[in-house]
Amino acid sequence: MFTLIGRRLVQLVPTLFLVSVLIFSLQHLLPGDPALVMAGEEATPEVVEQIRKRYNLDKPLPVQYVHWIGGVLQGDLGESMRLRLPVGQLILQKLPVTLQLAFMAMAIALLIGIPAGVISAVKRGTATDHAVNVFALAGISTPNFWLGIMLILLFAVKLGWLPASGYVSPFVDVQRSLATTILPAIVLGTAIAGVIMRHMRSAMLQALDSDYVRTARAKGLHERTVVWKHAVRNAITPVITLGALEFGTLLSGAVLTEQIFSIPGFGKLIVDAVFNRDYAVVQGVVLITAATYILMNLLADLGYILANPRLRT
Amino acid sequence: MRHLTLAAAIATAMLTAATGGAAAQSTLRVGLAEDPDILDPTLGRTYVGRIVFASICDKLFDIDADLNIVPQLALEHETSEDGKTLTIRLRPDVKFHDGEPMDAEAVKYSLDRHREMDGSFRRAELTAVESVEVVDDLTVQLNLSAPFAPLIASLTDRSGMMVSPKAAEELGDQFGNQPVCAGPYRFVERVQQDHITVERFEEYWDAENVHIDRIVYRPIEDSSVRLANLQSGDLDLIERALATDISAIRESGNLELAIVTELGYQGMTLNVGNGAAAENPLGQDARVRQALNLSLDREAINQVVFNGEFFPGNQWVSPQNQWYQESHPIPERDVERARELLEEAGVQTPVVVDFMVPNNPETRQVAEVIQAMASEAGFDMQIRVVEFATGLSEAEAGRFQAFMLAWSGRPDPDGNIYSFASTGGPLNYGRYSTETADAALNEARTATTFEDRKAAYAKFADEWLTEGSVLYLYHRAMLIAHTDRLEGYEQRPDGLVRVVGVTLE
Repeated sequence: MFTLIGRRLVQLVPTLFLVSVLIFSLQHLLPGDPALVMAGEEATPEVVEQIRKRYNLDKPLPVQYVHWIGGVLQGDLGESMRLRLPVGQLILQKLPVTLQLAFMAMAIALLIGIPAGVISAVKRGTATDHAVNVFALAGISTPNFWLGIMLILLFAVKLGWLPASGYVSPFVDVQRSLATTILPAIVLGTAIAGVIMRHMRSAMLQALDSDYVRTARAKGLHERTVVWKHAVRNAITPVITLGALEFGTLLSGAVLTEQIFSIPGFGKLIVDAVFNRDYAVVQGVVLITAATYILMNLLADLGYILANPRLRT
Repeated sequence: MRHLTLAAAIATAMLTAATGGAAAQSTLRVGLAEDPDILDPTLGRTYVGRIVFASICDKLFDIDADLNIVPQLALEHETSEDGKTLTIRLRPDVKFHDGEPMDAEAVKYSLDRHREMDGSFRRAELTAVESVEVVDDLTVQLNLSAPFAPLIASLTDRSGMMVSPKAAEELGDQFGNQPVCAGPYRFVERVQQDHITVERFEEYWDAENVHIDRIVYRPIEDSSVRLANLQSGDLDLIERALATDISAIRESGNLELAIVTELGYQGMTLNVGNGAAAENPLGQDARVRQALNLSLDREAINQVVFNGEFFPGNQWVSPQNQWYQESHPIPERDVERARELLEEAGVQTPVVVDFMVPNNPETRQVAEVIQAMASEAGFDMQIRVVEFATGLSEAEAGRFQAFMLAWSGRPDPDGNIYSFASTGGPLNYGRYSTETADAALNEARTATTFEDRKAAYAKFADEWLTEGSVLYLYHRAMLIAHTDRLEGYEQRPDGLVRVVGVTLE
């Protein structure tokens, strides 16, 4: 198991290097001159020139890349052009917010998705199965921004139970923190719950048809033990992969949902940065996201091993 | 462990309840349409940043409801006979938020910082200033290279904002993350893209008229969510509400709406001399541009896209502005005449135009209405939607024939026209350039009386409004909606949120 972790960590290096080259070059393929955007309404040639100089935009691309990656290797992700703040500091500010939202959304998704998938597989073809499927389909196909605005209008404007948007850190006020994040977590969580339920259901159907389940039943085991102890344990492996991938996506920022609920997380940070051509911020965020994604995959692999003893070799 | 967490949660909740009860402080929560950029008056460049500055950084001068220039940190000013020296008397006993005196030395420091700091966005506005002299503790003298009428108006905006020299020295170009000025509120904290908090400055020179203890600014880009926050009571005031939401605001019962015409304009820049794209009938023949102008029904655009809540216009200032040239009223739509003009110009119809449009729903709609109207006169406006940053680069490089452009506006007309119409002007994307226009625009800068300046603009308008490279379309209504618990709120034409004299029940 330790060799596996070690091997994966070593693989991280070339992958991240490739990612860094990709983000850097793709971003510079975008039309639009960051110096012009920065200068905005005050764009005198002199000002534009100064901005180019300050951020090395007047140098050839490979030189710019070396500048940037050199800084990254020393732990310096560069400076936001728009805010004149270190990118590292911005990321540290946003990461806990995005993490909290991702954990809450994932908890909601798993709490709904797994039991729903199991139930609909066990009750295959019944009305319950159809009802659960309809719910899953609705969750997947409802656009986040629409559901978000509807929830705000219902719970904040109409009922006045929850704040319409914004964010409070749990270290400041736990209750208010939950109040501000529960709606966006529901929006994100229900969408993922649908996907998880669908996967759980098909994996369960396969497991329930397999020989070992038949054997377990033949032994006279209680149906509940058969389902939850034997079938679910085998069926959960693909769902762990899926969950890890979905979690990685959540970490890269739920752009629309964060925008609607004014949650100051990764999504908002990166959208603002892309529109302002704030290169250092985009590069920093994408790099960190890529690293987390890879780590999440590693965790998923470890998850299989925990769920399935046959993989523990 | 579980018990511990629970206990902690209960304790936190009780603590919050306790502090909540003790603090009978009033907090004004303001919803902004964007996240401001850096809060340094020298480096700031966005409109939304100016809204925050309005509470933390006082300026030498301000504008009143009728756009007159009134003193703020200054008491009075005097321009010499030859127009080359400006003497400013300062308000006595004014302090910066760090307790430092706001005196002539500080004014000299701030103006020099605006003029000389690396990356300053204020340099262009203060380019006429050659030196700043301290006459005595409360008097400064600005020596100009030539008379420059728009200077005082610049001092009503960021160029006129004074910063504490001590703090500015200590913080350098990080000053904007901890700004120290002389406004009614002092900066407390900022979490990027989440909130900016400021609190009442007890030693403010006009402290008895400041009644609200704290202001929290929250950027919420989505306008319907901004409005939902106001309706639910999570915000007390929002800026830039949508014209289409006006009826909802009016019908809500507990919201009030302040409407002013913006100082800026929305228009269409035509490429007359910027690279190869200008080599076509629209760029080369003023009659074709006039034909396009006459094909437009500005009131119809206003009705269709903005429920009639905006203000049609045809100049760089709105028809209500004192600088509006009455001899050039908004032209009526005249498709017949437009067709005749195209015939006189001997062009083949339809005239194909590469029409670059920034990607936002309202601008796109306006472009579609223009497309429909212009097609009746013989134009084929081929809409090309671009994202904002791309649009700027394309415009600069001359890869367009028509370009929808918005300008946020300045109190002095010079700020709305000089950079757009003078030879080499940084925002002159169409590259319009004639000696006569340059001469008239420069005359309007150096002339010292209102009448002389307006006469210079009249000469310019005769040329620009018939041959120029911008077709002005309309002026937005700046819509500020607030709760009716807010009393004494007065909206000035720049759309900024000023809180001195305002109370919150």
